[in-house]
Amino acid sequence: MSKDNQILEEFTSKEYEHGWSIDIESDQAPKGLTEDTVRFISAKKEEPEWLLKWRLDAFKKWQSMKEPKWPNVSYPAVDYQDIIYYSAPKKKQQLDSLDDVDPELRETFKKLGISLEEQKRLTGVAVDAVIDSVSVATTFKDKLGELGVIFCSFSEAVKEHPELVKKYLGSVVPTGDNYFAALNSAVFSDGSFCYIPKGVRCPMELSTYFRINAANTGQFERTLIIADDASYVSYLEGCTAPQRDENQLHAAVVEIYAAKDAEVKYSTVQNWYPGDKNGKGGIYNFVTKRGICAGDNSKISWTQVETGSAVTWKYPSCILKGDNSTGEFYSVAVTNNYQQADTGTKMIHIGKNTKSRIVSKGVSAGHSQNSYRGQVHVMKRASGARNFSQCDSLLMGDQCGAHTFPYIDIENSTAQVEHEATTSKIGEDQIFYCTQRGIDEESAVALIVNGYCKEVLNQLPMEFAVEAQKLLALTLEGSVG
Amino acid sequence: MLKIKDLHASIEDKEILKGINLEVKAGEVHAIMGPNGSGKSTLASVLAGREDYEVTAGSAEFGGKDLLEMAAEERAREGVFLAFQYPIEIPGVSTTNFMKTALNQVREHKGLDPLDAVSFLKLMKEKMQLVEIDQSLLSRSLNEGFSGGEKKRNEIFQMAMLEPKLSILDETDSGLDIDALKIVANGVNTLKNKDNATIVVTHYQRLLDYIVPDFVHVLYKGRIVKSGTKDLALELEEKGYDWIKEEVDATI
Ligand SMILES: Nc1ncnc2c1ncn2[C@@H]1O[C@H](COP(=O)(O)OP(=O)(O)OP(=O)(O)O)[C@@H](O)[C@H]1O
Ligand SMILES: [Mg+2]
Repeated sequence: MSKDNQILEEFTSKEYEHGWSIDIESDQAPKGLTEDTVRFISAKKEEPEWLLKWRLDAFKKWQSMKEPKWPNVSYPAVDYQDIIYYSAPKKKQQLDSLDDVDPELRETFKKLGISLEEQKRLTGVAVDAVIDSVSVATTFKDKLGELGVIFCSFSEAVKEHPELVKKYLGSVVPTGDNYFAALNSAVFSDGSFCYIPKGVRCPMELSTYFRINAANTGQFERTLIIADDASYVSYLEGCTAPQRDENQLHAAVVEIYAAKDAEVKYSTVQNWYPGDKNGKGGIYNFVTKRGICAGDNSKISWTQVETGSAVTWKYPSCILKGDNSTGEFYSVAVTNNYQQADTGTKMIHIGKNTKSRIVSKGVSAGHSQNSYRGQVHVMKRASGARNFSQCDSLLMGDQCGAHTFPYIDIENSTAQVEHEATTSKIGEDQIFYCTQRGIDEESAVALIVNGYCKEVLNQLPMEFAVEAQKLLALTLEGSVG
Repeated sequence: MLKIKDLHASIEDKEILKGINLEVKAGEVHAIMGPNGSGKSTLASVLAGREDYEVTAGSAEFGGKDLLEMAAEERAREGVFLAFQYPIEIPGVSTTNFMKTALNQVREHKGLDPLDAVSFLKLMKEKMQLVEIDQSLLSRSLNEGFSGGEKKRNEIFQMAMLEPKLSILDETDSGLDIDALKIVANGVNTLKNKDNATIVVTHYQRLLDYIVPDFVHVLYKGRIVKSGTKDLALELEEKGYDWIKEEVDATI
């Protein structure tokens, strides 16, 4: 260690000593966010010094930033000093049987067709040893281990693979990228880490479901996916079951890095608690998701089905840096009652002959507001870039709103950019045609909406797609008649 | 099977049906003819339960039950089928998927288990042959980009799948070429038995050569103004509607 560094070290640890005001033994940080909170979290997680510095740097940036006001959503101001930023991972309360579970929740599970075992897992009912998801996960992990695939919690990765984390963390979403990303970088709790080595085609869908220690990643989730040269992975996040959380604010960050010839497919179903019929309660979901096609011929594909949250703010994006790289965004966003969603994508074409495809299907019902916001940016160097965007909005009733905000910046005249947008209403005719065949109104709406979203749902892995279809129907329940 | 008494219906305060009386018994085929705008499709829609129309007076009984009390899907499940004059497009939903959903809901209503994939496919194949419809058409989005004839044929395919008690075919013949007309008629005739009944709405005697009606009714200004046997259709083909219009208009 050089002398300068030593001094610096001493100096910072001194500051640390003085500044320290939070009891490290405590299970949870006191309300509010200060530098001490950040230090507390990092210490709790026994993180290396570089990560603490990284967090503190993010915190400084966050302090100097303002919450964005441009999204087409409105919600009461969040008091960032009234939030607890760390509590020790709690075990879910163990229940003896499903009979102890809230009947309303069970009804929803039934409608979604979630198996009994899965219901038990989700609600924290003790599961029979044979089907215990942990044992499934272990077998699963062994298999991945043979291939050199790393799939673990973020905290575990910090301990076991610090060199990879250090190299890629923040490389796609820098700490100061935006207000919520900065916040997440400062206080992120946990999340998933995934590394696919060169030339490996991951033989199964990597689902957070199978990850051990997945419980309670909390409101500031951090995910990092790295696909090395010529590798492939399909990654699933979230589940269709309704997710409740006492934390109202969620600000996750997902970073994807695709090296040369690599392909990453990221699918997610988001079903956070949307609030009640009158718009009370519900989760604010402010997410930063971005992938970089760093190498030539790489591909990143985002597929999302967004049905939950009171307020959603989310723009999974692709930086198409490698030549001939491809970015895709397939999205279904459904809002009902008083939900608000402002979601879309950014496709940044940097490399030559880069291609992007955007298919966005918005469905609004009730009093909800649903906005598509998308940017296609073709940089100077990106000769031969191509983009196709299709943004459709479907309205149910006349109290809701659908909005489209497409931004197109072209700096290279060889670019080909196509944008199509439609707005339609579910027709009485269509519903009558269905009911005349014996289909009840709710199923009719579900059928029509699923048909409308088909192109996106087709992108999802099979079982996920089936669940997602049911979820759409459930979200729109009560929106007709 | 179907007893309609003094049925009045209006849309947006405009009375379209002004006292329809009609009885259809099991095993019968009734043809309804009449000039454009006389209310034929309206009658079909009211019977099928379209909510836009308000029934202001009269009654309709189907299989002993009050038809007008039932929601559209209940009527369908009880066995009322309407082949639409203008079939509706549903993007992203294949006929196959549509029929699977419909058939299973109808079966559920009858207390039957849903058909498994194999039996469903078998049933599909059988009915496809009946109306000589191609598998590829059934995999496409329902009615989207279908030719006029394909839409009509698809309606009859759906009818064959659901095996209704009472089928109302609203100008199913229009848009069909001669060969298709024969195929569709043959389909309808094959499905016919002593327990079901058919109402065909048409402008052309031609269809009635293939689907031979037991009765022919003329609808004019919201009323059935003349009923007869299949000979009435021939007479209309020859003379047009003027003589009936004159008769009716003179008495009003
Ligand atoms: N939504 C509506 N609003 C106002 N008038 C309507 C509406 N629907 C139907 N009508 C009117 O009701 C009358 C009967 O229409 P209907 O479609 O039943 O006639 P039709 O006998 O089936 O005619 P065609 O032989 O041309 O199919 C027409 O004058 C039509 O304009
Ligand atoms: Mg008509």
